[in-house]
Amino acid sequence: MKKDIVLLKGNEAIAKAAYRYGYDGFFGYPITPQSEILETLSLDKPWETTGMVVLQAESEIASINMVYAAGATGKCAMTSSSSPGVALMQEGISYMAACEIPGLVVSVGRGGPGLGTIQPGQADYYQAVYGGGNGDYHCIVLAPDSVQEMADFMGLAKELMFKWRMPLIILSDGVIGQMMEKVVMPPFQPRRSDDEIREQCPWATNGLGLKGRKYNFMSSLELDAAEMQKRNRAMTDKYNRICETEVRYESYKADDAEYIIIAYGCSARISMNAVDRLRSEGVKAGMLRPITLWPFPTKKIKELASHCKAMLTVELSEGQMVNDVRAAVEGEVPVSFFGRSGGVVPSPHEVYEAFKELVKP
Amino acid sequence: MTTEDIIQPENRVYGKPSLMNDTPMHYCPGCSHGVVHKLIAEVIEEMGIEEKTVGICPVGCAVFAYRYVDIDWIEASHGRAPACASAVKRLWPDHLVFTYQGDGDLACIGTGETIHALNRGENIAIIFINNAIYGMTGGQMAPTTLMGMKTATCPYGRQPDLHGFPLHVTDIASTLEGTCYVTRQAVNTVANIRKAKKAIRQAFENSVNKRGSSLVEIVSTCSSGWKMSPEKANQWMEENMFPYYPLGDLKNVNKE
Ligand SMILES: Cc1ncc(C[n+]2csc(CCOP(=O)(O)OP(=O)(O)O)c2C)c(N)n1
Ligand SMILES: [Mg+2]
Repeated sequence: MKKDIVLLKGNEAIAKAAYRYGYDGFFGYPITPQSEILETLSLDKPWETTGMVVLQAESEIASINMVYAAGATGKCAMTSSSSPGVALMQEGISYMAACEIPGLVVSVGRGGPGLGTIQPGQADYYQAVYGGGNGDYHCIVLAPDSVQEMADFMGLAKELMFKWRMPLIILSDGVIGQMMEKVVMPPFQPRRSDDEIREQCPWATNGLGLKGRKYNFMSSLELDAAEMQKRNRAMTDKYNRICETEVRYESYKADDAEYIIIAYGCSARISMNAVDRLRSEGVKAGMLRPITLWPFPTKKIKELASHCKAMLTVELSEGQMVNDVRAAVEGEVPVSFFGRSGGVVPSPHEVYEAFKELVKP
Repeated sequence: MTTEDIIQPENRVYGKPSLMNDTPMHYCPGCSHGVVHKLIAEVIEEMGIEEKTVGICPVGCAVFAYRYVDIDWIEASHGRAPACASAVKRLWPDHLVFTYQGDGDLACIGTGETIHALNRGENIAIIFINNAIYGMTGGQMAPTTLMGMKTATCPYGRQPDLHGFPLHVTDIASTLEGTCYVTRQAVNTVANIRKAKKAIRQAFENSVNKRGSSLVEIVSTCSSGWKMSPEKANQWMEENMFPYYPLGDLKNVNKE
């Protein structure tokens, strides 16, 4: 079959992949640097072709609660936003995790805190990975580093969030969201029919086939402390299984490397250049790019630490993921940090210089 | 007639709706919530649409509504029920989708969601229990608390300079182009219960037939929050709430 290749912005790829992968609904509120997602969907009118619902909501709070309820009925729903908007969604995300409701949040990060800047940022690592909402919970967090992955992860997200029944965050940044690249688009997948939803989501609260089953309800409320703990423990078991089976990363020349950069998203794209330059100078340099930020590739980083001399974490923040890398290596090798924040994006040369510092005798 | 004869189906004058289960209710004596739950169960049963119904519960005293009426329910976070209902109805366009909310939920923390869902003309029904107080959290001031009324957070009575004015949210709703039916009812007497049931039926039919948004306010008592006996609370409601929140239709587009 002929490949469907187009030139797209990362945000446009998210929108177009959504209806190609058979998403049922998008609910969102404009915010830079991700407004092209809602704009592209509004322009493409998927409700006329696949039947996908697209709604500009009154706020991010409304958006996430629309995703919550849509997911509760077994539909595949998503929203997208950027830093302050994603901050507003945290209560809803916590409710989704608590009720084990699938749903996607695409978070295209900008510099913060507060209103911050509309320039790219990766300072929402904590927000995505450690959760800004209340209670013990996790979201699966995928970090694309290309426009191709923006499209591809829409399919992976759908699969994982229904497999594990939980919210999933695609944590991107203003660079990946705004830059244009060639993308191989996925073929159209039909949306699930009512019958398929009934069969695949017997837990869903959609009234379907009520006479054939007990009624369902979706609630995170549990006033009995022992019962609440039981629910939490069951969730922890699920999270542990995810940590064992769903870790994803890309190892770039890292397996024999003595000096390793750990970076994700746009920072990984920038850092690749520094790795290649040092390699050409005869240094055994490499990079590990976590693709799942949760579950984090802790084991892989620990394994790399056993045969390397030093690591450098590169982030568009004042240092967030670096703490997970330090925890992973358990003191075995020094882990330095190179960061730019507030919307500043480092040049490949700056990263090269910082990386080279490690190699000095 | 023996007892056996009397309980024969043809001799019965009243029966519990089959969608109402036997779970003991947590509501206080005299509370309006239980009566309205029963009306909802009756209407859904009479319309025969339980297989195509999704109810959205609020955060408030009715948080456990899903325990009592056997349909599929989604528990919304505080105030967000209209957003939840909007999404469900758009994705399941032939379903009956309704929310059940208190005054704090609908007219304070969730005012934005309420106004915008109604203004978009979402084909949903909103059942709004206005007891002029935050029942669940122990009787604090609500947006609909009357002037001079005492609550835990306005213990000297609601005063305009300190607390502002009661919000006429139902009146606001009637001005929105998306609403097709806005009405204010009560369940304090048998006659009013019958009228309230008719209103709920019309709102539910509007949802199923995609006629726009419906809002049914039920002016209610909260004997615990108001610190009155159920009988006194009903009397107080008639004397103080009804003049401020008069019963009747504010808007009925399909009738005109
Ligand atoms: C985000 C959030 N804020 C506050 C609360 C606490 N809370 C629970 S119910 C409630 C008020 C409910 O009052 P109302 O909507 O009038 O319902 P009623 O109990 O009177 O029926 C509040 C403030 C909460 N659960 N969530
Ligand atoms: Mg109340």
